[in-house]
Amino acid sequence: MAELLQDKDRIFQNLYGLQDQGLDAAQKRGAWIGTSAMIEQGRDWIIDQIKASGLRGRGGAGFPTGLKWSFMPKEVGNRPHYLVVNADESEPGSCKDRDILRHDPHLLIEGCLVASFAMQANACYIYLRGEYILERNRLQAAIDEAYAAGLVGKNACGTGWDFDIYMHHGAGAYICGEETALLESLEGKKGQPRLKPPFPANAGLYGCPTTVNNVESIAVVPTILRRGADWFTQFGRENNKGTKVFSLSGHVNTPCNIEEALSIPMKTLIETYGGGVRGGWDNLKCVIPGGSSVPLLPKEICDTVLMDFDALREHQSGLGTAAVIVMDKSTDVVKAIARLSYFYKHESCGQCTPCREGTGWMWRVMERMVVGNAKTSEIDMLLSVSKQVEGHTICALGDAAAWPIQGLIRHFRHEIEERIDNYRADKPTFVQAAE
Amino acid sequence: MTDLRKLNIDGTEYEVPAEYTLMQACEEFGGAEIPRFCYHERLSVAGNCRMCLVEWVGAPKPQASCALQVKDLRPNRDGTPANIRTNSETVKKAREGVMEFLLINHPLDCPICDQGGECDLQDQAMGYGRDTSRFEENKRAVDDKNMGPLVNTIMTRCIQCTRCVRFITEVAGVQEIGLVNRGENAEITTYLEESLTSEMSGNVIDLCPVGALTSKPYAFNARPWELDKVDSIDVMDAVGSNIRVDSRRDAVLRILPVTNDDVNEEWISDKTRFVWDGLARQRLDRPFIRENGTLRPAGWDEALGVVAVKLKGDPTQIAAIAGDLCDAESMKALKDLMESLGVKHLDCRQDGSLIGGGARAEYLFNSTIAGLEDADAILLVGTNPRHEAPLVNTRIRKTWIEGGLEIGLIGEAVDLTYAYEHVGTSAADVAGFAASTSKFAKRFKTAKNPVIIVGAAALRGEAGQALLAELGQLAKETNVIREDHNGFNILHGAASRVGGLDMGFLPGEGGLATDAILDAAQQGAVKAVYLLGADELDTSKLKDAFVIYQGHHGDNGAHVADVILPGAAYTEKSGLYVNMEGRVQMADRATSPKGDAKEDWAILRALSAKLDRILPYDSLDALREKLMADHPTFMSLDTAPDRAIFDGAALGAKGQLSDAPFKNPIEDFYMTNPIARASNVMAECSAVIEEKNKTVKEAAE
Repeated sequence: MAELLQDKDRIFQNLYGLQDQGLDAAQKRGAWIGTSAMIEQGRDWIIDQIKASGLRGRGGAGFPTGLKWSFMPKEVGNRPHYLVVNADESEPGSCKDRDILRHDPHLLIEGCLVASFAMQANACYIYLRGEYILERNRLQAAIDEAYAAGLVGKNACGTGWDFDIYMHHGAGAYICGEETALLESLEGKKGQPRLKPPFPANAGLYGCPTTVNNVESIAVVPTILRRGADWFTQFGRENNKGTKVFSLSGHVNTPCNIEEALSIPMKTLIETYGGGVRGGWDNLKCVIPGGSSVPLLPKEICDTVLMDFDALREHQSGLGTAAVIVMDKSTDVVKAIARLSYFYKHESCGQCTPCREGTGWMWRVMERMVVGNAKTSEIDMLLSVSKQVEGHTICALGDAAAWPIQGLIRHFRHEIEERIDNYRADKPTFVQAAE
Repeated sequence: MTDLRKLNIDGTEYEVPAEYTLMQACEEFGGAEIPRFCYHERLSVAGNCRMCLVEWVGAPKPQASCALQVKDLRPNRDGTPANIRTNSETVKKAREGVMEFLLINHPLDCPICDQGGECDLQDQAMGYGRDTSRFEENKRAVDDKNMGPLVNTIMTRCIQCTRCVRFITEVAGVQEIGLVNRGENAEITTYLEESLTSEMSGNVIDLCPVGALTSKPYAFNARPWELDKVDSIDVMDAVGSNIRVDSRRDAVLRILPVTNDDVNEEWISDKTRFVWDGLARQRLDRPFIRENGTLRPAGWDEALGVVAVKLKGDPTQIAAIAGDLCDAESMKALKDLMESLGVKHLDCRQDGSLIGGGARAEYLFNSTIAGLEDADAILLVGTNPRHEAPLVNTRIRKTWIEGGLEIGLIGEAVDLTYAYEHVGTSAADVAGFAASTSKFAKRFKTAKNPVIIVGAAALRGEAGQALLAELGQLAKETNVIREDHNGFNILHGAASRVGGLDMGFLPGEGGLATDAILDAAQQGAVKAVYLLGADELDTSKLKDAFVIYQGHHGDNGAHVADVILPGAAYTEKSGLYVNMEGRVQMADRATSPKGDAKEDWAILRALSAKLDRILPYDSLDALREKLMADHPTFMSLDTAPDRAIFDGAALGAKGQLSDAPFKNPIEDFYMTNPIARASNVMAECSAVIEEKNKTVKEAAE
């Protein structure tokens, strides 16, 4: 059995809010220590360290963070640079950013300062999910504390760097978590994704060079710099380095957020931190390993799969936001995926034809499949419709709507067929397995 | 030297300008046809219909070719140029997929849809659609929206391409259409379900690729393949918009724009588009003679005989005025006839202005309409281009949006759809402008290509001459007129005006101009007045004179006429029109004149025979030859004249500048000429605007 991450190696020491989230307590835990020294090392050093740490974006796509930062123009031209932090965490199953914002907001604010300095941005916007009210209050309180302590604002941390940080509260739309829709929303427009190119690093917020990063990606930066890239790279496999906050939910005995090293076996993760699957590991039916938009994995794969970007991709799924949704054998998995289809239908912005029309179509077919009121040939039709949506839209919401259905058909086709047969034979279409 | 990039399109390598979009590159170089719905070359790129997907070999997904530029493509890893496929299996599948999605919620009501036969969706479904539908759910239905008296909505047909939204916000400059809700509930709607207030709103009908927005007045009138289509020139204003007149069985059923980048681009105003129902109403379809105070129908011979008797009188007691909608040929025929009779009281300026007579450039829109795009400062004087020439206004707005243009206005402060500095209200303020230190005045004086646009209405009478002199002086002192730039522009409102000025349809030696003719007629010094389609006059002054009205609508002129000679409206004759830039354009005949009415030049030719002053042309071609021989400017069709420079200081006549505020000549955009006044549709538009103004006023109170 793989070695578990030790407490001393956890970046988020107050993930569970057992201690105070205020500035003093945060400083006792290590935040804001040596920040000015990091900044004095210079921009290139920061970016090189992040590149060396192998940190990949924690928001879902897993794009190398250091590389993303290096796309920003080297010199500030007549347009200011911006850092935008994506705190619009709305992926079903995912709740890691929430705990960071609630309990360790100072790590994020410190990360914002360091990252902004590295990209020569004098202003940073944090776009917060509309439903996050407590988080908004906590974060704003933390920002106020940081201003009062001179950690941000004019001459932040005494480094001579002027840095302002603003929190913007969204109105509660999933699509605004897409980086360009987020920028549109931040500009006060309707949250609809923009065409890329131009990429935000070239023309982002108000047409200026902008980097959009996930909360977790930014919040881990100061600790990586403090402890060194070498420390971070000792966790996880090649190309999947570091620690990551996993959100365990669903049919586990103790749902939780847990920071662990990447590449931990899924079974270990669930058994150790989730208290095991309800009714034992053998009662496991399937797992959605990375938030609602990635394809689910059946138990056979879950037995051995590692929780990292590459391993999950090999199984045609993805790490996403590392929100592990566990479903035991009592689950009506068709209904579960149908519910996700409804979510994507509801959250589609309506801009691109395939997503606007396709999400509704897929959901309606899924709803019929839940009761079995369909033809067997419609399973292939549904698959083909999902392929017609996937990859044909401006943003990835179309893909996200298609993948869960593709995963379902890939692994549980027999169950749908059975259901259709039962419906025709006038038998009950779904009988819950005995616990 | 443009930046060229190598690009492989469907297996052949081309050198393509870097700023081209893939769609342009594939169509212009590769010769491929890329289907599209949301993309329109005159609107911003939305990239949302996903119909134009092409394959970039090596990229994980197909790319929207309308949005991706050639310069954004990376070469392949081995250094060979990027490969674009427009007809591969991936592309075909992607397009078929998108087409299927577009059709699942689109009603199958083509047989009762007005767009049928000219519907992008219908056409492209032929190429990319399936033969049957796999969609077995219920179709979506969407409530229809109110867009006013011009635009009919059947919103269930909408495919959310947002062309209408982009047109109304970007080109028309009113934010009155938008996309509300999201996902499959997304709907196009108007602001608070009110009718559109743009004078350009009809263009959304052309832009709509499906039958969601169709023409209300044309609804269920005809199928496109039944129509006879004739290219023509619009006469509602002096822009000379290129139009296509669609008719069936001698009735005009609709008017559409024809693309001309130098003039109207791809748009026309609502008046141009919807005035056609006025062509069938209030028409003069036979000659009339006034007897005992009432008009009675008469034959041509009799009517012409009566006219001939009157015109044989003392030529100093005869006058002729040409109206706003006349073609050049009929004005030429009238001028030749009057001159042969010795009549000196001629005028084509029925608005009472005194411009013309000098060099041609002194009364033209010298910068040209397309040339406005080079301007960096525009001073508007006594004009509301939004009403007097909507397409000049959209051109100013287009330039303004692109940036680098500032606008100042001396005159009535109205909503022009772009921001301007209001630097004065009267002619006297023009004198102050030269010394002004306001932000715009400073900008204007240092501008590279400054432009002055003065409304023709501001140049009426002697006061107009004084204003012209002042503006000429300003133009001379600033950069407005110089060797390589002439930004001195007169914005005419009448389609016939420049043509009339070009041929010198002006008072002869000792002759009277319009205002003087009217006064003389009131006092009895002028006994017979020949009105060639002249209706915008103070006709009460003509009560005692013998009025001959030649025209096509029973309007102001006909009401005071003693003899009516029925002529042809602009769609019923072939004619030359000169727009405000001095661009000569030819209109073709789409339908025949109503009833016994005849083409105007032919009436005058017949009249000349009665007068024994036979005009030296027996055909329209011969008349044109004479016109071009006498006035060579009519020879260069379709081009604006070469830039001409003149001495600004020599313009007009110095005089007292009035400090009375300028008043815009058009109070009601939809009611400016006899055809528009006869139109039901224009009346509806007018009523909507009036109602809206009333509500705003009440709300304010």
